[in-house]
Amino acid sequence: MNKIWIITRRELASFFDSLIAYVIIIMFLGFTGFFTWVTPSSNIFLIGQANLQVFFQIGFWTLFFFIPALTMKMLAEETRSGTIELLNTKAISDWEIVAGKFMACLLLVVIALACTIPYYVTVSQLGSVDHGAMIGGYLGLVLLSAGYISLGLFASSITNNQIVAFLIALLIGIFFQLLFDMLGFSLRGGIGNVLNYLSMRTHFDSLSRGVIDSRDLIYFFSVIGVGLTFAQAMLSKRNWQS
Amino acid sequence: MSIVIENLTKKYGEQKAVNNISFEVKTGEVVGFLGPNGAGKSTTMKMITCFMSPSSGDVRLDHKSILAHPEEVKKKIGYLPENNPLYTDMPIVEYLRFVAEIQGVEKSKISSRIAEMIEMCGLDLEKHKKINELSKGYRQRVGLAQAMIHDPEVLILDEPTTGLDPNQIIEIRKLIKKLGKEKTVILSSHILSEVEATCDRILIINRGRIVADGSSETLRKQSQGQELLTVQIEADNSEVNKELLSLATVETVTPVDGKTGFFTVQSKPEKESRKAIFDLCVGKKWYLMELSGIETQLEDVFRDLTN
Repeated sequence: MNKIWIITRRELASFFDSLIAYVIIIMFLGFTGFFTWVTPSSNIFLIGQANLQVFFQIGFWTLFFFIPALTMKMLAEETRSGTIELLNTKAISDWEIVAGKFMACLLLVVIALACTIPYYVTVSQLGSVDHGAMIGGYLGLVLLSAGYISLGLFASSITNNQIVAFLIALLIGIFFQLLFDMLGFSLRGGIGNVLNYLSMRTHFDSLSRGVIDSRDLIYFFSVIGVGLTFAQAMLSKRNWQS
Repeated sequence: MSIVIENLTKKYGEQKAVNNISFEVKTGEVVGFLGPNGAGKSTTMKMITCFMSPSSGDVRLDHKSILAHPEEVKKKIGYLPENNPLYTDMPIVEYLRFVAEIQGVEKSKISSRIAEMIEMCGLDLEKHKKINELSKGYRQRVGLAQAMIHDPEVLILDEPTTGLDPNQIIEIRKLIKKLGKEKTVILSSHILSEVEATCDRILIINRGRIVADGSSETLRKQSQGQELLTVQIEADNSEVNKELLSLATVETVTPVDGKTGFFTVQSKPEKESRKAIFDLCVGKKWYLMELSGIETQLEDVFRDLTN
């Protein structure tokens, strides 16, 4: 655990040193703030309901695009510059490296989300809000991010080119974000149900309505687990025998 | 801490980068790996440091196998990889702290260890700079500092002096010699004089196999075989040539190009010709200006064994 935290701290420091953290946070606040409070067609005052459904929907898409940008360099850059050899020959396991990087990305997203707490406070001043839905929405965004981060880390582990890692992460992500949902809708029966279950949207929507269901939690944790396991397997690939 | 390497093999596809090598390094020994590019030096080091697992065979540090206890083994090794990769966006001190924490140095000792390393590697003036602001020589020092920060019992240095200027090279060699008294050091290099200057023992590797093993002295003697002499005699060249050849112990005589009166004389196996040459000169009343043995250079040994 301690070793994981050492990696996490380094990665977080590197996010803030390289301005990536500030850019991501400002852009995230900019996008979500604009659509939540300013756009003429969907802003909160126009809808006239004291909830953050608009914010959660925009956050759902913004994070989908931003997270690959965070994760793309995580392992790809280490492989390219050779620093992975430094890490792998120190007293730390591949699993701790992957977990540390995962935590760093997740913490940055949580910091960005924490910056939107004023939205919550403002809305709760405007009318009576459903606190369950709010908490569920935030929880949904965190779990969704964790899922995409683990998939992004996997994408970053299979190449040493950051751009390729970014695109692969988006490609994998778009299935979970959109395509499984659409295919599930058009294909009925068993396959349709499976695809529907695989879609992030289904689970995110039910969480953001304030329904915290173990099925959704199991889903998110499975995605995280699979992504991280694959990323770790790719990192350990050097030990496979040809 | 002793290192035992047993039948180590690494295959890349069909090609064997390291082919069934075995050797043993004792505590306090400084061993130099010598070999042409692609001979398998770095691959061997990568296997010892648990970066790659071997296709077959094993490495044991004090009876702990790298396959069974990688975490424990890694803690005891300090490793400087070939191209000295570093997190270039970090300041030196932060970077050393990061490495010390990962290697499990006690919290209370970290600061003093960092100060020690900075002093030892001559980084004092640069310590607050980021690594990407440093010149190659200073980066190499940071690489050495991070390898030694946890006071490892084994140091594995892959080409430790590349990119350093002559003064720095001498400093680093001194440092390695000093460290070699208590620690086990394996280093690789293509620079033969460097290996000769720092190592107690030299392993020459070619195409994944060990082709020679011993101190630089023994290697030289092994490859030398026959005595070689340089002779300078002031007299008629062709006559000297003829007379030298007629000596019982001499096998060949070759005039040295461009230098009149100089000859290279090779004795027959197991024979010495110095006395005979001296007596010849006395008998003929020639002036013997020079008579010296030619030592085989490590370069020659290396070329013989790897070509």
